[in-house]
Parts: sequence; C-alpha cells; structure tokens
Amino acid sequence: MKRSLFNILAVLVLMGLILSACGPGAEPTEVIEEPTAPAATEASEEPAATEAPVAVEETVTIGFTSSLTGAQEVSSKRQVNGLNLWMQQVNDAGGIQLSDGTVVKFEAVTYDDESTKERVQELYTRLITEDEADFLISPYSSGLAAAATIIAEQNGKIMITAGAAEDDAYKTGNTSLFQLYTPGSLYLISTVDMLKQLDPEAKIALVHENDKFSTSVMDGLKPYLESQGFEIVMEEGYAGDTPDFGPVINKIVDSGATVLLGGGHYPDGSTLARQLYEREVGLKFISLLVAPADTKFSELGDAALGVATSSQWELAATHTEEEAAALGIEWYGPSGEDFAAAYEAATTEKPTYHVAGGYVAGLVLQKAIEDADSIDPEKVKAALEAMNIFTFYGGIQFDTSAEAHGLQISHLMVVAQWQKNEAGELTRVVIWPADVATADPLYGVPVP
Amino acid sequence: MQQINLLLISLPDGILLGFVYGLAAMGLTLIWGVMNVINLSHGPIIALGMFSTFFIYTRLGLNPYLGVIPIAIAGLMLGIVIYAVAVHHVINAPHLSSLLATFSVNMIIIGLGTAALTTSPYNVDFSAGSFQLGSTRLLGSRIIAALVTLLFTGGLYLFLYRTRPGKFIRAVANNRAAAELMGIPSTRILALSFGIGTMLAAVSGGLIATFFPFSILAGGSYELKSFVIGVLGGLGNPIGALFGGLILGVIESSSQAFLESSWVPVIEFGLFVVILLVRPSGLFGAKK
Repeated sequence: MKRSLFNILAVLVLMGLILSACGPGAEPTEVIEEPTAPAATEASEEPAATEAPVAVEETVTIGFTSSLTGAQEVSSKRQVNGLNLWMQQVNDAGGIQLSDGTVVKFEAVTYDDESTKERVQELYTRLITEDEADFLISPYSSGLAAAATIIAEQNGKIMITAGAAEDDAYKTGNTSLFQLYTPGSLYLISTVDMLKQLDPEAKIALVHENDKFSTSVMDGLKPYLESQGFEIVMEEGYAGDTPDFGPVINKIVDSGATVLLGGGHYPDGSTLARQLYEREVGLKFISLLVAPADTKFSELGDAALGVATSSQWELAATHTEEEAAALGIEWYGPSGEDFAAAYEAATTEKPTYHVAGGYVAGLVLQKAIEDADSIDPEKVKAALEAMNIFTFYGGIQFDTSAEAHGLQISHLMVVAQWQKNEAGELTRVVIWPADVATADPLYGVPVP
Repeated sequence: MQQINLLLISLPDGILLGFVYGLAAMGLTLIWGVMNVINLSHGPIIALGMFSTFFIYTRLGLNPYLGVIPIAIAGLMLGIVIYAVAVHHVINAPHLSSLLATFSVNMIIIGLGTAALTTSPYNVDFSAGSFQLGSTRLLGSRIIAALVTLLFTGGLYLFLYRTRPGKFIRAVANNRAAAELMGIPSTRILALSFGIGTMLAAVSGGLIATFFPFSILAGGSYELKSFVIGVLGGLGNPIGALFGGLILGVIESSSQAFLESSWVPVIEFGLFVVILLVRPSGLFGAKK
C-alpha cells in the first residue's frame, strides 16, 4: 500500500512538474523577440588600418514583465504587442545610427508576472541583476507598475512606465521613472467637461475598483466634479474580483444617479457593464475605466452599447503632424494610420490605446537615445527630461520638478463610446473633445 | 430607512444566488461526507462547467440550459476518472495525501486550461430576460438557475434516500468497513460519490456562467464560498449545504445594503471562523 501510494504521488508530482513547465504562467519564460545581434565585442574587432571604419553594433536589452496570466492579461498582452511591434520595426530598419558609427539594436527579455506584485518585484530584480537589462518598461497596470518602480528606482534604472496612470509613484522623489499615460488624477477630466455641456444637472454615482489606479482617478475626479457644480449622489469601491454587482446596482438606482463614472480594469468593468444592462438600470451615461477601451468589450453584445471610456488614444482621433506643426512642437515617429496598418498586418486586430502605449514606450526610448546620441543611461535620462515631442499618440513631455519628476504633463485624453454603425455593428467612436469627435454622444444608455 | 429599502430590494437576488452557491457546495460536502476527502479540484471543475456552457452556447448554438444534462454527465464521468487516477490510492492515507492529490488535479486543470483558454474573461452573451417585482428587478437567468438547483437537490435527496446505490453511499459514509462486510462494493460507491460531487460542481459552474463572466481561474472564489457554506450547513451534509448557500447569499446581499462590497469577504470568513469555534458541526449538523 505504501509503495502504491508513493508511486501515485510520484506520478502526480511528475505530471505537475511537466505541466507547470509547459504552462505559460508557471515558470518565467524568457522571450527574446529578435535574434540576438552579434555581440559588441565580436563586432568591434580592430579594423585594419587601410580599411574603412566598421560599424559597431550595440544590442540594448529592454527588460519588462507581461501578464500572460491573471487579471491584467487582456490589456497587458496588448501593451506588449505594441512594444514588440516597435522593436521589430526599429531592428528591421537597421537600428539607430549614432554619430560615432555605432548601430543600436534592441532585444527584449521578458517574463510572465502572473498579474501579481510579488512576481513583479522578483522578476524586475532578476531583469536588472541577472539579465542586465539596460532599460526597463513597466508592467501593465498602476498596481504592478508601482511594485516595479521601486526596484527600478533602487537600482537607478530608467523605466518608461506604460499602462500606469496613477500619480503617486512620481511624487515620492523618484528620478528614474518617465510616465506615458495621462496621470490618473486627470483621467476623467475630459468626460466631466463633456457632461458639463451635455447635462449640467447630471447626478453622479462613482463606483470604482478599490485599487491604486481607480482610487487615484476618483481622487482627482471628485474635486473637479464639485468645482463644475455636479452633485455626487453616491460613491462606492469594490474588489476587482467582484462577480455580483447586484447590490451595488441597487444602490445606484436608489441614489437617483443619472450618470455612472467608475470601473477599474477589464474583468470587473465588463462584469459591471453586463449587469447594468441586464438590470435595465436606464442611466443616461456610463463611463468605465479601461474595459470599454478594449476591442474584446464588444463581446458583451448589446450590453456594450452606450458605454463610454476615457481613452489615451483612438485611431479615429489620432494625432497628426499638422497638429504638431500648429503647436510648434517637434513631430516624431509614424502616423497613426501607418502604426495601425502595421499592427493589423502583424496581428489582424485593430490597435487599442494599450497597444499604442506599448509602442510609444519604445518610440520614446528610441527618441531619447537619438537625442542623447548615446546609450549611456545618464545621457538618455537627460534626453528624456528635455523631451517635448508630438507623436501619433499625442504630446510627450515629462515633469522635471523635484515634486513630481517623470509625471506626464503633455498628453491629453479623448472620450470614446460604443455605438452601432449603419450596418448595426458595435464600434467605438470618439465623442469628445468636439473638435476631434467622430460621432455625437449617445446620451441615454439603451436598455433591453 | 434607505438601508432597509436597499435590504429588501437586494434580498431576492441574494436568495436566488444562494441556491447556486448551495449547489456548488453540495458537491464539496458530499465528497467530504462520504470519504473524508477535501476536494481541492472543486474550483477548477466549477470553471470547467462554466466553459462547457460557453462552448455549448457559442459553438453549438444551443440554449445554455440544454447544456445542463451533458455537463452533468461529463462531470460525473470526470469525477470518476479523477477518483480512479488521483484519489483512490490515497483514500486510506492521512488527509494530507488526498489534499495534495486533489491539489495536483487542481493545478493540472488550471495549467491545461490556461494553456488552452488563457486567463482572459469569457462571457456567455445570453439573456433570459428580467421582470420587475415591486421595487426589485429579478433576472430570469437566476430564477432558472435556482429552479435547476432545486431539481438537482430533490434528485440528490431521492437518490440518496430512495435508491439502492444512494443507500450504499450513505452506508459507506457512515461506516465503510461495516458496509464492506455487508457486501457493498465500497470502491465503486466511493468513485460514484466523487463523480456525483464533481457533477454538482460542474453543473453549478454551468449555471453561474449564464450570469457572470468567468475565466479558468474563476472557480477559486466559489470553492472558497463552498468551504464557508460547507461549514455553515454541516460538512458532509449535502442538503444542509443548500441552506448554507441560501444563508451566504442572503448575507452577501444584505450586508451590502449597509457596507461597501469590499467588506463581504471579511464578513463571510469572519462567520466561517465563528461557526468553526461555536458550532463546528455546522448549523444543520454534520454528516447525515
């Protein structure tokens, strides 16, 4: 009996080990996106005196984690897809040429962080100490990025924070972080401006995930709502894994709210939207964070109709070279249409703002290396601090004050909403600001 | 007054949801009651039930409720296979062995599920309608789920108390050695019991998928609720689990009339500890 038990346990353990080795989230999987370029030392052999100087190729290692599993999977994968597209394009174009003849190419080292902060801290430490990453990109989501920024800052590594809007990390004396997203405290400002014009008497319910990002958005939103004369009739936080919003929805109805602002990330946002629809709540306007910005949101069917979101970027309202010229700011990178076409060719999907964020994280690093004419971290950092550019994604400029070093100060957001096109298909349209809107707001969320 | 109104509005929802919680917990508590095995593969099996409904609805285009029967049959078969492969050989070993064996099954299902289905949320875009009852809106999907739960509970009761295999299960649960002396094939009965427990978990997952989005990891929270319900209703008492589920559903909905939803786990697990301390055999008594 004992022998039999031992055999069974041994088989189960063996099976578990094999499966965990095969599973995407069990063991960190190193993904080198591009074939490793020849090592600098190999390529930099002394040229013969009579030969022309040989270009030295330097391979810069970019380290980051992605959430291949867990709560942040949907948006994180999009961000990484964008970053990979940039890396492939810059390497295929021959890399970055520096004035001393050095050609800079990029390789990625990445692991699955399983959407947990503990894994993020462990893996970023590994990226820095073992993989010797030259530059870091943050994981997706403010919570995970906050965990990563601590490691980056401790080790003095430059980190471009994509997919992380929360403000606090930049207000604690950090000097190595550079934020791409509009800060959380300003996330819903455009939405409030739109509401002010549409319905100044709207009664607002704030229902949001209890995490760093969503809380930071609400902290920034409340004083602005009050300054614009709106009445906040209820506020409630919820856990990100809440499956049943029934009691919360009952509170919204009971409060007499006409507008709901809130949400958090994809899983809870899509759940909340579906249940609001099923319960025929009949609000005039619903704006949720993150979830409606993903193409997957349309899988909710009619429950997606009328749900709006604040978006960091939309192809329909992409920023242009002409816009940059009018503002007198340097334009950099591809047009939004070219970026979208390249992404669609690579993945057959339309890019979301998470994809654009990942792509622009690489683009900003590329621009900083070009401006610094070096891959020396101090020079690259100085170039990032001096950066003031306009890309298809919008303005990029970082706060350089001691109080909020690295905070994004130039990028603006748009309001997008799921509506039906003439063919009756769900499509995300831009409804604000008015000068870039592609459709009028659907004010009065349809019920079954 | 506003809170009382909210409480009354939320109660029907809590009761309807409680039925499905109870069905999920019934599976867990039946297995514990018959063979003293804490089935840690319970959560992933609930998730497999969810995905079964998803594929039946989206790929086969069938009404998700028609999927309950094939899900029940598949759940029963899967349970028997899990018992034979992972549990049977450790059934007489200390509890830790069976705990680890079912935990391994848990990890295998999650690993395979993650590789095949990712951990992205899935959604069954199906509506069974809703109607207004006084000041509360009742969802058709929850009413149907409650009715299906009642059917399964009634069926389980009749099976356990009116059929020969059911009586064998109860006999094995009470005293396996004595049952074997009476000629009851205990191994087959244990496998059948594990199969029925798994079937109930899979069916509950199939029903939950009709009202909440889910992923392969979604079963975990229902597994935890099943533990709380099992302790509330009495571990090993499947019918008690139904009442435990109803109590938990009511607590979840009513507490949110007074508190933020993030307090719900605190209340649930606080209750779990209190019941363990004050009445470890559960409100409705253990093993029956």
